Amino acid sequence: MNDAPVLWNGYLRPDGRKGIRNVVLVAYLVECAHHVARRIVTEVADDNVQLIGFPGCFPNAYADTMMTRLATHPNVGGVLLLSLGCEGFDREGLAERIARSGRPVETLVIQQQGGTRKTIEAGVAKARELLAVSAESTPRVQMGIVDLVVGTICGGSDGTSGITANPAVGRTFDRLIAEQGTCIFEETGELIGCEQIMAERAITPELGVLIEQVVEKAERYYTVLGYGSFSPGNAEGGLTTQEEKSLGAYSKSGNSPISGLLKPGDHPSGPGLYLLDVVPDGEVRFGFPNISDNAEIVELIACGCHLVLFTTGRGSVVGSAISPVIKICANPETYARMSGDMDVDAGRILAGAADLDQVAGEIYDAVVDIAGGRQSLSEELGHQEFILTYKQFEAAGPACLPNRSRT
Amino acid sequence: MTDRVRVIALHPTDNVVICVAPIDAGEQVEIDGAPVIAAGAVGLGHKLARRDLASGDKVMRYGIPIGTMTSPAARGEHVHRHNLRSDYIPSHERDVLRDGDPT
Repeated sequence: MNDAPVLWNGYLRPDGRKGIRNVVLVAYLVECAHHVARRIVTEVADDNVQLIGFPGCFPNAYADTMMTRLATHPNVGGVLLLSLGCEGFDREGLAERIARSGRPVETLVIQQQGGTRKTIEAGVAKARELLAVSAESTPRVQMGIVDLVVGTICGGSDGTSGITANPAVGRTFDRLIAEQGTCIFEETGELIGCEQIMAERAITPELGVLIEQVVEKAERYYTVLGYGSFSPGNAEGGLTTQEEKSLGAYSKSGNSPISGLLKPGDHPSGPGLYLLDVVPDGEVRFGFPNISDNAEIVELIACGCHLVLFTTGRGSVVGSAISPVIKICANPETYARMSGDMDVDAGRILAGAADLDQVAGEIYDAVVDIAGGRQSLSEELGHQEFILTYKQFEAAGPACLPNRSRT
Repeated sequence: MTDRVRVIALHPTDNVVICVAPIDAGEQVEIDGAPVIAAGAVGLGHKLARRDLASGDKVMRYGIPIGTMTSPAARGEHVHRHNLRSDYIPSHERDVLRDGDPT
């Protein structure tokens, strides 16, 4: 290994951030526009034209922020908005914010276009045009680990996750952070039981207190809902309790100090490790904090993640729109069954065929290759899952990002 | 068969070990160098008692408590939902809604 930093070609955005993909989003602003948007994406049939959207008709500040952050994500080069016409989403505001970010944006209103057929036809043409414009007009630029934001999530965890894939990701995180990269871990509901050890890693005592508070909030929230963030499959795979699952999940965060606490859509204030608080603020409303793994992946991406490291024991297959998902399989039996979905085989550790450092090195290499343009397996397989639901958050206070208040 | 490692301890203070390969009923397994016969089949990733555990004992994994025993388990016995509960939020099964099935 040499000491020269790894570099690859990225896409330069007007805000100075750099992307590893150049995708055009087709975004429906209410479920009533979903079919038309999906049909446009299907007809264009290009991996770089991807579907996202928000199903609700009632306005929601969180959804507004999320859609704005996603549409102006560094991996995004252009956006086509699909509105029915009468929904509550502020389509003009969103289009304005996207335009202000320097990206081409088009809006089609189905009621104005004259219905399904006409809108699909117009949408296919516009999506192709956006694809051509963003491909031609986006400057290419060298980028490296220092420009990269990497998220991590675990899904379908089992008794092996906390021994193999999760601590291996933790070591990859430590290396990325040592090289001035930015890493985000999440799911405060899956960190119940880890709040004290986690708080001790905060860069300021005030941040430590906030970290303990968000985990307490998560515990209250899940207790009211009556279910922990623990699925029947977790138990079939040998995990017994929420805190056992949490401790395994926690090891994804590695050993670096925790530099800040983010709410969905907040951007990190510089290199380092950040915790994303995914559990809503205030009284329990709108249901479960994250109805499935992709809800968390979308929040990580809204915080700027270029890539998501997804560890799984039972065997998740999902990918995501916007940012590539890299699968790290914790369980050797699962890997044997589902290797076509798994980018990294961490279960070898259990048979003594590899150690944590070796697997962490493979994850790091996958991050660099996939950032450089190679497709992850979930991308290759066409996985572009996306889900966004109602939530409510209060703005993060200054103590959440101590580095930002210092600058 | 005892030539392969079947269980590992993750931390010196742990009172459970983790199966790194599936274990058959009646199989002899070594825990801390001493043999024990598995009473039933236990899957990869599951836990066995490292020593005799009493009801009320805190179960330690990664050197950190992961819950409390609700009934005793002898050394080598499967430790799971039948004898271990969370100190935080209870876990649920797939049949959780079955009593309230729509008719």
